[in-house]
Amino acid sequence: MEKIATRISYGNALNELVKKRPDLFVLDSDVSCATMTNIFQKANPGRHFNCGIQECNMLGVAAGIASTGRLVFASAFAMFAAGRAYEIARNSIGYPKLNVKIGATHAGISVGEDGASHQCCEDIALMRTIPGMTIINPADDVEAKAAVIAMADYEGPTYLRFGRLPVPVFNDPDTYKFEVGKGVTLRDGDDITIIATGLLVYPALEAAEELVKEGVNARVINIHTIKPLDEQLVLKAVKETGKIVVAEEHSVIGGLGSAVAELVAEKCPVPVHKLGINDTYGYSGPAVQLLEEFGLTTAGVIATIKKAIGK
Amino acid sequence: MDNELKKRLQIIAAKVRMGIIEGVYNAKSGHPGGSLSIADTLTYLYFSLMNTDPENPKMPERDRFVLSKGHTAPALYSVLANCGFFPVDELKTLRKSGSRLQGHPVMDKVPGVDMSTGSLGQGISAAAGMALSGKTSGDSYRVYAVLGDGELQEGMVWEAAMFAAHHKLDNLCAIVDNNGLQIDGNIDDVMSPNPIDEKWKAFGWNVICIDAHDFDQIEKAFYEAKCKEGQPTVIIQKSVKGKGVSFMEGLAGWHGAAPNDEQYATAISELKAALNELEA
Repeated sequence: MEKIATRISYGNALNELVKKRPDLFVLDSDVSCATMTNIFQKANPGRHFNCGIQECNMLGVAAGIASTGRLVFASAFAMFAAGRAYEIARNSIGYPKLNVKIGATHAGISVGEDGASHQCCEDIALMRTIPGMTIINPADDVEAKAAVIAMADYEGPTYLRFGRLPVPVFNDPDTYKFEVGKGVTLRDGDDITIIATGLLVYPALEAAEELVKEGVNARVINIHTIKPLDEQLVLKAVKETGKIVVAEEHSVIGGLGSAVAELVAEKCPVPVHKLGINDTYGYSGPAVQLLEEFGLTTAGVIATIKKAIGK
Repeated sequence: MDNELKKRLQIIAAKVRMGIIEGVYNAKSGHPGGSLSIADTLTYLYFSLMNTDPENPKMPERDRFVLSKGHTAPALYSVLANCGFFPVDELKTLRKSGSRLQGHPVMDKVPGVDMSTGSLGQGISAAAGMALSGKTSGDSYRVYAVLGDGELQEGMVWEAAMFAAHHKLDNLCAIVDNNGLQIDGNIDDVMSPNPIDEKWKAFGWNVICIDAHDFDQIEKAFYEAKCKEGQPTVIIQKSVKGKGVSFMEGLAGWHGAAPNDEQYATAISELKAALNELEA
């Protein structure tokens, strides 16, 4: 299966988006050859602005552009977009409800060799606390492109999360439809539900297929929009399968696992088993090896499911 | 500036100051000192220079104003109310639960407020974004942003300063309200931002220094800023914190304190006397 990093999807999709929205501004913070907004910059040099290494000012500038009614994407590594510039996202973008799209790449442990200082596993937690902030974490190239292009008609503060590591392109570009806030049931099953997002969606599908051999029929739900969460789809799965595993490349504190657990605890309590980064920092190493060492793999999902069903 | 205009602006500025005192007194909290020090400048901007329309506050071609020192919202609210963006009487609801007039300005609540501010250092970045958007798109509007001198201690201000000069945003004009005082005391004792003019020059800005309470100098400075091509302009205005209310002038203690009943009566009577003299 072909593999593409969703950051490349991001750069490519911006070139499509500008055809729908010629008012598009793309900002970057001296990482355009890593966030891949340089793809957009080459094709649209007059609409790409480098802010240099100043993520805080970049988000403030984006707020100002949005206040004039024009569409703007601001690009940085997740660590600096969500971490360093958190309060600008909160006060200058979230609070005034401005139509700024934060394009955050290099999210999660799969940043690899750069190590913990650049491996942001807290960004979803941070962004979730901002009222009105939409959070989108696409699973593959097809979904990432569709999500970016959907921003042409989606008003409001939005955080889009992309990865550095090439990941399998499993969605069919001819039939895939993206809708903000709507989860996607990728596989039906009655024994347990795996709710996954981003880089963990494909391993979740693989895990479900593998478990058929052991007589376990797992449902797989892809949650690309973490906020607002598709509560209806999650609660339906809870009622029909009774057990939940959540898999994400993010801290087990504050991410999709927390969002699901908060919902389930209140509306329909069942055990929720979280697979993620267990409240710790990452370290340097090849991305694929790190994912294995942190258990964010097909085998890791299978192990979590077995624990959940007591096998 | 011709004398008739000057007198008109002085009269409005006195009314604006009364509105500041009304708001802060009724709220029993707020920031009168730094509001009074920018009253003349804001009066000039809204009553003489800027293209705005109280009947159409979101008019796309309007000039933009960003109060980067957002805690001096009482001054902005008073100017907007005196302009007709909302009733002057509403100033008494400042900081009260249910009021549009939040402690710091909110753009989607108050007509005429172009950017939500309050967290220091952020407004100037937003103003730079507005200027970039306009300049890239061929819009004719100009963008004005007022910063405090204490605010210059925020690193983000200098990110924005670097950005605006790099992108040659000559449609952007920043105003530094140099009243020399911040919450904890004299800016030079707390964390000196001096020399302010040399810093902005080094960041690539056109720098103009004026007296914040002299309408002739204010008018000349903003005219020069408008004519400057290829560079953003900063007007560093030497001001008196608490200007116009004798017992508030030059005291850091009035940064964030409301007058009591007696102080309120004294302040209003002083401002009324000044107004009567101007109107005589």
